[in-house]
Amino acid sequence: MFHPTQHLLNKEIKEKRFKNLLSTLTFFLFLPALIIMFWLFLKGFPALSWDFLTQDPIQGMTAGGIFPTIVGTFWLVIISVLVSCPLGVLAAIYLSEYAADNRITRIIRLAILNLAGVPSIVHALFGLGAFVLFLQMGTSILAASFTLAVMNLPVIITSTLESLKAVPHSFREASWNVGASKLQTIRHIVLPNSIPGILTGLVFSVGRSAGETAAILFTGVAFYLPYLPQSVFDQCMSLSMHLFTISTQVVGVPEAYPFATALVLIMLILSVNSISVVLRSYFRTKRKW
Amino acid sequence: MEVKLTEAPVLAMEWRKKKSNKLKSEIAIEFIIKVGGYSSIVLILAILFFILKESYPFLMNNFKFDEFFLSTNWNPASVSKINYGILALFVGTLVVTCLSMLLAVPLGLACAFYISEFCNPKSREIYKILIEFLAAIPSVVWGFVAIMMINPLIINTFNVPIGLNVLNASIILALMSLPLIVSVGEDALRAVPETYREAAEAMGATKWEVATRVLLPAAKNGLMAAALLGVGRALGETMAVLMATGHSIQIPQSVFDPARTLTATIAAELGESPKGGEHYQALFAIGLVLFILSFIVNLSADYLIRGRRK
Repeated sequence: MFHPTQHLLNKEIKEKRFKNLLSTLTFFLFLPALIIMFWLFLKGFPALSWDFLTQDPIQGMTAGGIFPTIVGTFWLVIISVLVSCPLGVLAAIYLSEYAADNRITRIIRLAILNLAGVPSIVHALFGLGAFVLFLQMGTSILAASFTLAVMNLPVIITSTLESLKAVPHSFREASWNVGASKLQTIRHIVLPNSIPGILTGLVFSVGRSAGETAAILFTGVAFYLPYLPQSVFDQCMSLSMHLFTISTQVVGVPEAYPFATALVLIMLILSVNSISVVLRSYFRTKRKW
Repeated sequence: MEVKLTEAPVLAMEWRKKKSNKLKSEIAIEFIIKVGGYSSIVLILAILFFILKESYPFLMNNFKFDEFFLSTNWNPASVSKINYGILALFVGTLVVTCLSMLLAVPLGLACAFYISEFCNPKSREIYKILIEFLAAIPSVVWGFVAIMMINPLIINTFNVPIGLNVLNASIILALMSLPLIVSVGEDALRAVPETYREAAEAMGATKWEVATRVLLPAAKNGLMAAALLGVGRALGETMAVLMATGHSIQIPQSVFDPARTLTATIAAELGESPKGGEHYQALFAIGLVLFILSFIVNLSADYLIRGRRK
C-alpha cells in the first residue's frame, strides 16, 4: 500500500491552508458588498411607498417623492443608448469584419481603451465644451445624453466585438461560397448570430448610464426642477444626482429619504443587470454551435 | 439557354455592370461602417481638443508652471491673492489612490487566484456574476455609503472627530476598483496555458507551488496590468471621492486627515465658476492633467498586456 511520507503530508497541509486563506479572502471581498446591500434595504425599505415613487419632491426636497428624477433618468438613458448603440455596433463591425491588422487598427484599439479609461469628470468637461457650448445645445437632456453616449461607447464596442468574434469563421466562409457579398454575410449571418452579445452590452450600458453622476453634472442635470422636462432641450433631474443632492447639499432631509432613493437606484441597476445575466444564459443554452 | 459565341462578351459585360451597381450601394454602407470604426479616434481627439480649447487662454496667459504644479495654494475665488496651485490636490489624489491600491491589489489578486485556480466552473460563474453586480453599484451610492456607514464606523473605531478622510476614501475606492482588478487578473491567469499547470503538477508540485512558481511568473504582466487598471479607476473616480474625502485642501499628514482630489475639485467648483473666466479655465487645465495621467496609465497597462500576448 502507498504510504505518504511526512514530506508529502506537510505539503498537503500547506496546500489546504493556502486554499483556506484564499477562500476566506474571497469571502471577505464579497462580505462588505452584501452587508451594504442588506443595510440599504433595511433602512430604505420602510420609506419606500407608491407615493414616494409617483410624487414630486416638496418643501425644498425634504418631503414628497422622487417621480421627476425617475422620469429624468429614463430620458437620459434612452437617448444615450439610442446614440451610442448604432455607433458602437458599426465600430465593432468595422473592427471585426473589415479592419486589417495594421497600425491604424492598433491606434483605434488604443483609442477605445483610452476612451474607456478617461475619468468621468473629464467626460463632463468634454460634454460641457463640445455639446453645451460649441454645438450650442445648452444644458439640456440632449447634451447630457450625448456625454453619456460617449462614455458608454467603449463598453458597447467591446461587448459587441466579443460577440462578433464568437461567430465561427466557417459560417462566414459558407456564406461567401454561395455567392453572398461581405455585407450580405454580415447582415444575414454574422449579426443575427451575435444579437445576444450585443443586447448584453446594451443592457449593461443602460445600467451604467442610470447610475452615472459626474458626467451629467454640468451638461444637463438640475438640482431641482418644479416641472417635468417637455423636450430634449430642457434640463431634467436624475436619480443619481438627487441622491447626491439630498445626502450632501440639503439640510433637514429625513434620514430615510436618501436611503430610499439609493435603494431605488440600486434596485433599478441591479434589475437591469439581472436582465443581462438572464439573457446571456438563455442565449447560451440556445446557441447552435 | 443557348448563347451564341458573339453574344457572350455582351452578356458578360451586362452581368459585370449589374454586379458593380450592387457594389455601389454596398460601398456607401461600408463607408459608413468605416466612419463608425474611426469614431473612437475622432472622439478621443475631440476630448483632447475641447479641453485644450477651454483651458487655452489660461495656459497661455496666467499659467506659471512652478506655481501650478509646486504650490499648495488653491484659492481661485480669493479677493486678495488668487492662487492656482494643484500640488495639494495632486498629493490628495496620489495618497488616496496609493492607499486604496495597497488594500485592493493584494486582496483582488488573491481573489483572482482563488476564482481561477480553485473554483469549479459553477461557483466560478456565480462569483463572476457577483463581481459584475459589485461593479454595477454606481459611484454616488458608494459615496453615500462612505458618509452614512464608513464615517461613523471610523469615528467609533479609531476615536477621531471626523470620519470623512483619506482612510474612508481609500476603503471606498478599494471596494470600487476590486471588481476590475479581480476580473482582469483572472483573465490573465486563465490565459496561462493549461499545459504549464499540468507539467508542474506532474512533477509533484502542489497548487501553492504551481501558483507561486509557475503562474505568478507566467502571468506577471497581466497581473500588473490588472493593478494598473485599478489605479486608473481610482485616479479618475469623482463622486465617491468628493463625498468621502472631507473636502479640505491640504497635504494630509495622516490617514485621518481630510484631503481633496483633482477630480473632486472640478466637480465641486465648476458649477460655481463663471463660464469663460480664469477659474473655469484653470479647472479645465486640471482636466487636462487628469486626461494625461489616465492616458499614461492606460497605455502602460495595454503595453503590459500586449507584451504578455507576444
